[in-house]
Amino acid sequence: MARMVTTRNKVISTAAAWLVGFLIFFPILWMVLASFKTELEAFAIPPSFLFFHWTTENYVTVQERSDYFHHALNSIIIAGGSTLIAMLIAIPAAWSMAFSPTKRTKDVLLWMLSTKMMPPVGVLVPIYLIYRSFGLLDTRAGLIFILCLGNLPIVIWMLFTYFKEIPKDILEAARMDGATIGRELIYVLTPMAVPGLASTLLLNLILAWNEAFWTLNLSTLEAAPLTVFIASYSSPEGLFWAKLSAASTLAIAPILVLGWFSQRQLVRGLTFGAVK
Amino acid sequence: MKHVLCAVAGAASLLISAPSIAQTTLTVATVNNSDMIRMQGLTSEFTAKNPDITVKWVTLEENVLRQRVTTDIATKGGQFDVLTIGTYEVPIWAKKSWLVPLDKLGADYDVGDLLPKIKDAVSVDGKLYAAPFYGESSMVMYRTDLFDKAGLKMPESPTWDFVVDAAKKLTDKSGGVYGICLRGKAGWGENMAFLTAMSNSFGARWFDEKWEPQFNSPEWKKTLTTYVDLMKQAGPPGASSNGFNENLALFSAGKCAMWIDATVAASMVTNPKDSKVADKVGFALAPNTGLGKNANWLWAWSLAIPAGSKKVDAAEKFIAWATSKDYTKLVASKEGWSNVPPGTRTSLYKNPDYLKVAPFAKLTLASIDAADPNKPTVKPVPYVGVQYAAIPEFQGIGTQVGQQFSAALSGSTTVDAALSAAQSATEREMKRAGYIK
Repeated sequence: MARMVTTRNKVISTAAAWLVGFLIFFPILWMVLASFKTELEAFAIPPSFLFFHWTTENYVTVQERSDYFHHALNSIIIAGGSTLIAMLIAIPAAWSMAFSPTKRTKDVLLWMLSTKMMPPVGVLVPIYLIYRSFGLLDTRAGLIFILCLGNLPIVIWMLFTYFKEIPKDILEAARMDGATIGRELIYVLTPMAVPGLASTLLLNLILAWNEAFWTLNLSTLEAAPLTVFIASYSSPEGLFWAKLSAASTLAIAPILVLGWFSQRQLVRGLTFGAVK
Repeated sequence: MKHVLCAVAGAASLLISAPSIAQTTLTVATVNNSDMIRMQGLTSEFTAKNPDITVKWVTLEENVLRQRVTTDIATKGGQFDVLTIGTYEVPIWAKKSWLVPLDKLGADYDVGDLLPKIKDAVSVDGKLYAAPFYGESSMVMYRTDLFDKAGLKMPESPTWDFVVDAAKKLTDKSGGVYGICLRGKAGWGENMAFLTAMSNSFGARWFDEKWEPQFNSPEWKKTLTTYVDLMKQAGPPGASSNGFNENLALFSAGKCAMWIDATVAASMVTNPKDSKVADKVGFALAPNTGLGKNANWLWAWSLAIPAGSKKVDAAEKFIAWATSKDYTKLVASKEGWSNVPPGTRTSLYKNPDYLKVAPFAKLTLASIDAADPNKPTVKPVPYVGVQYAAIPEFQGIGTQVGQQFSAALSGSTTVDAALSAAQSATEREMKRAGYIK
């Protein structure tokens, strides 16, 4: 017998879902609100939620003092570039490990993940020296390279688990029907892997966009992305919450919009293979 | 053929080197404080006079800046030409030969005009390794209206007994007014800056002459007991997470009768745009216990040149401009005397225009004069620095000890337990670093 869904249950579960959604979204909402307050109001205790003197002066100050578009362009190039390169390396790697595993595949995967276990600050000085010698400090290429390396293990692992879910029988069936390897890849495998590829791509992009250790330490001016832009608005002596909130809102806006539009793919990718 | 190649190579090298002769780009690393932001805005005045120099700014959060600049300077990365550093770094980095001595600041720079205590703090063996951009000490800021109402009169140099007594009398928890606001947030530059300066006035010290930690001394116990008891009775709730900015907000909103903190706060709490109590603030020296030391610190954000820079001449020119008397005049002409960077030059404190708009000037100068980085404590010590010990290990140790003291303030540990934990943590670190056996 099918489970009865009463109107009451529906209302309760909808309300609960909205509440959870609101709680998760609240820090971002609070940041956006703070960006429209004056510095004193942003710091006031008890804080005011909506009834304060709305102002856009923080956005004006931030625009005047920093070159937002320079930083945003750097973020797009660095996050986009490192994601694309990571995907280009990770897709064949994960593909081969998923479809023709060897005795050592598990070990290789574990070894790759183990590189993420060391705190980045542990290798800061060696990397800095290498970058200095190769002239990579404060270059977009240098940041693309390090972010790509940093995210590769996670990307390969994610893709590997998605590819494992694709039944081998389907490939065999396609071959029986006379499909070439090229056709098999384009018409059979790719459509099945699209949700997985899309969610990995987006997650990698978000990770690279938000990465704040290497981008802060290896860039100065020319290659400085939005993380450096945000870091310049915190002050040891003086109130800064409102301006920092305005800078942060500007910094997360592009990735927030991107995430909003691709959430269908993201959710599908994350739950891919959960139910058979 | 060989000649042709040589000629081409020569022409190419000329083409490549030509722009670098014409234009030097300086990269200046700094923190996001209002005086630095103002300097950033006035850069065009400098480049107009020096058309061969371009200035680019990297503004970072204080701790990020410290880590970023330390990595670069230790590896001779050469990413920066001018650094903004504090009095803590100057002696340590100068001894490691990480900084270029500033001996070409020009004839009209007038080094003799720098405030002697500030000059000492940025010099090593009599040589200037950084030029002070703005200097600060700490002092008591208090509400004149609340003091009048309670019939109290703040002396110019109060004792801790007076401050404790007044704080208790002025506390009106139901009215949301607390007798005193002090730093409680853990960190070597947060609560430990205040508590180290306070302990100096109680006769305590971080280390004895043989680098043995002194947290087991009665002086430290008295310092911490006084602080914790005072804050419990007369401090705002949640004080263990309050730093400079939180207390600034509380004081500006009229919630503190007294606040002991950086002298630069004086211009913020007396600015009617940001402060509700702008016309009701009085100033006094940081408290003492009659032992000859006040509980005030000494700090100067200063400009220095890292040893890795290839543009030393241009960098020195820039530093000379930014820390000169003319720069002070420039700021005054553009943004008024109340906005000039304070605490570095004697001449500023003799300027009638400045004294007219800065009621806190006299006390700021007296506070700076009362702090001695070379003799910070009642008993002798092997280190320099008033609210810190200028050794590389201090950042780590100071923050660990700060966490213990912050916990004592919040009540999650006792004063005795916090002091003994601080003692053992400091002993361990000092042994590891080889100061003691």
